[in-house]
Amino acid sequence: MTAYSQFSDLSYTTAAAIYVLAMLFVLVEQAFGRVARQRVAQRDLAKQRALVGAGAPVADGDGADATHDAAVPAAPSAGRPASGRPERFGRMGIALMVLGALLHVAALVLRGLAAGRAPWGNMYEYLMALSLVAVVTWLVLVRKYPLRHLTAFVLLPVVFLMFVGGTLYVEAGPLVPALQSYWLVIHVAAAIVASGMFLVPGVASVLYLMRTANEGNPRRFRRLAERLPGKDVLDRIAYRTSVLAFPIYTFGVFAGAIWAESAWGRFWDWDPKETVSFVAWVIYAAYLHARATAGWRGKPAAWINTAGFACIVFNFFFINLVTAGLHSYAGV
Amino acid sequence: MTTGYVNTPARRALAFARNTWRGLTSMRTALILLFLLALAALPGAMLPQYSLNTPKVDAYIAEHGWWGELLDALGFFEVYSSAWFSAIYLLLMVSIVGCLLPRFLEYYRALRAEPVLTPRNLSRLPHFRTATVDGTPEEVLARAKQRLRGWRMVERTEDGGASISAERGYLREAGNLLFHFSMLGLIVCVALGKLYGYEGQVIVHAGGGPESEFCNAGIYAYDSFEPGLRVDGTELTSFCIRVTDFTPTFLPNGQPSSFRAQVQYSAGEDLEAGRWKTHQLEVNNPLRTEGDRVYLLGHGFAPEFTVTFPDGTKRVQATQWRPADQTTFLSDGATKFDPPGITDSRERRTKQLAITGLFAPTAAFQGKVLTSAGPQLLDPAVAVDILRGDLGLESGRAQSIFSIDQDMIEQKRLKRVARENLRPGESVVLDDGTKVEFTGVKRWVSLQVSHDPAQEGVLGFAVATMIGLLMSLLIKRRRVWIRVTPASDETSGTRTVVQVGGLAKTDQAGYGEEFGAIADELLRTKEQAR
Ligand code: HEM
Repeated sequence: MTAYSQFSDLSYTTAAAIYVLAMLFVLVEQAFGRVARQRVAQRDLAKQRALVGAGAPVADGDGADATHDAAVPAAPSAGRPASGRPERFGRMGIALMVLGALLHVAALVLRGLAAGRAPWGNMYEYLMALSLVAVVTWLVLVRKYPLRHLTAFVLLPVVFLMFVGGTLYVEAGPLVPALQSYWLVIHVAAAIVASGMFLVPGVASVLYLMRTANEGNPRRFRRLAERLPGKDVLDRIAYRTSVLAFPIYTFGVFAGAIWAESAWGRFWDWDPKETVSFVAWVIYAAYLHARATAGWRGKPAAWINTAGFACIVFNFFFINLVTAGLHSYAGV
Repeated sequence: MTTGYVNTPARRALAFARNTWRGLTSMRTALILLFLLALAALPGAMLPQYSLNTPKVDAYIAEHGWWGELLDALGFFEVYSSAWFSAIYLLLMVSIVGCLLPRFLEYYRALRAEPVLTPRNLSRLPHFRTATVDGTPEEVLARAKQRLRGWRMVERTEDGGASISAERGYLREAGNLLFHFSMLGLIVCVALGKLYGYEGQVIVHAGGGPESEFCNAGIYAYDSFEPGLRVDGTELTSFCIRVTDFTPTFLPNGQPSSFRAQVQYSAGEDLEAGRWKTHQLEVNNPLRTEGDRVYLLGHGFAPEFTVTFPDGTKRVQATQWRPADQTTFLSDGATKFDPPGITDSRERRTKQLAITGLFAPTAAFQGKVLTSAGPQLLDPAVAVDILRGDLGLESGRAQSIFSIDQDMIEQKRLKRVARENLRPGESVVLDDGTKVEFTGVKRWVSLQVSHDPAQEGVLGFAVATMIGLLMSLLIKRRRVWIRVTPASDETSGTRTVVQVGGLAKTDQAGYGEEFGAIADELLRTKEQAR
């Protein structure tokens, strides 16, 4: 028991340290790799044009009724030889991130073995699993789209959450009777996966807003903005991830209601946790609506998405630590 | 009165209604209503709510003076039944109907309509590929039709060639409609549950005796009862339940590891026949019978006292005491006795007894002060005051079973006659010869009975909502057009210029890949020929 637990703790800290290292590596690419990257991108684009034939315009997706899906550029073609040292740093950063993720998985699995149950029964474990989901989501995206140089923006909140998780550490142990249910596995897992995935659109939307601010006033976020990809790319990353996370979140809320029905006698009680989950859900529904409403795409949508993630963070920290509700025993 | 357009009140009212309806059913309004809903729901998480914790609300109001009273008057302590909250979601429901009914019709029409004409210039589309391939235009078209099986398709002849217009992903809109209307159904079912459901709590002893039995025969059988608006208590489901045993288990550190109550129950036909079934009631495992659910909410202890009155009559009583501390189960309460054999109510009211104080399942004394070292029933003890006099039970005022009437003490009609720490078997003799003995400990459990006839409806609509959501978010509505024209070189007739254009109506990922696969297949012979 305790050996598992100790190895879990060790893996957790090591994973966090490796993420920090990975962050430094991708920051090197960020700082020095821009010019080289642009050159490559231009060459790629030229190649693509040649392949596709004459003039395939890249629609910007703001048409009144149809938004097209062509504009996220394809990942730099596989097998292309490494160009430049900064790029190599970037790729090493991603490799480190994969290594960190493997240790992160190990930390979670060992924790589960140590406690003899699904390893998401308290805030420490919840944050451990959530940050892992965010990392994996990002790795999947980086495989598909050329977003590697943005990795630090995702790793920063991840490492922060892992640090906060560390301060909420508790010994691995069994759960109080109220939490002994397979619905814990289902409901909390859905909440974790959805929240972890929502972290990515949250980051993309904040970056989007920074870019907009920079366009309005070139002095704001100047150093940052010139390293960011186009707004349309950020917008699509946010949208595509949200669209996958939203049904999972919805399912998580429903599963919670089913569990509440068998545990507390009522499927919905407007308990603070339920309420804030509901609010977050409505905000994300509003986000999806905004994306389909003329005049609300772009900046307003990015604001709404950011608010949605803020609500999820608030739900976790404020509601668990400050208010007292039926959910509070899940606490620290 | 002239002829021509007259702006009569009726017309104005009509125009107003029309504009209101249009405004209400626009996407923009839906968006704003969603924001309002989110905003309006939030105070319920930040402020105490009557439905969850009335004493906390009272404390909040007392603490915040006029501000608390203002919030109270505006319904901020019962957000989810307040007029403003209801108004928002009712408007949203109207808006959904108004917004999506027309889309139903549109969808129906779209299902019967042919895919749109092939655009003149396919190369302007976001996806476009072209090549010259072997084969006649007819052959290429046949191949395309083969490839696009499952798509809604129409073939049209054009100047100097032909084209296919194909479309797929109509289920996306069906999903969208299913999602929104299921949500409406869900809300309606929740409302029905509020009208026709009820919920009641009752405390029974665990042990199997008469005090362990509860029958759902009427509101009076409950300690507290919340009926739905359409429930008057005459139509409760009839069943009886008897708690035969309750055993909590604990980890060495005192954390509870399980709560289990053995129950027997009898419902429907069994009730008349006197047959009982058994069930193990646990925190996550309610008893479900006849559409009602019985939950195990909590537990506690009932110290048993035996009073031997001067005339020799014995009275035994075990009233539940309430846990004052949920970790150690140090409990407080009041066990009340009427003296036997006294018919004159005035005289009786000078001789009533109350035993009140603390109970600890695992006693730990600090000096003479009793505390509890843990929740397990290892070494029980009580620290009690015994009072004699008028308990105020006949005053007509409701009295908590956990405490004595402080007014009676202040009016000196109830006086303390003894103060003792007792372990089981120990007793104290009062000045009039009455003997009070602590004879044992019983356990009690608190049960909740819930009835919600619309609950299955809620679940059904929730599942439909989920399916609709997945369909509408994951299915892509997309189009592909193929135009074939005979190649204009000397080998014409055996080679064909093929243009493929594509457009996704929604911007999820992935159409690029699918389009690429289709185009690859239709344009492949080019590579093979070379
Ligand atoms: C409780 C209120 C509502 C919620 C939670 C909600 C939620 C959603 C969600 C999650 C979507 C995304 C599905 C998709 O992108 O296809 C959506 C789409 C949509 N909603 Fe709602 N909705 C609500 C009310 C309304 C109302 C009142 C209207 C009409 C005014 C409306 C009209 C639409 C339309 C037209 C779409 C499709 C957008 C598209 O084509 O992408 N919804 N809704």
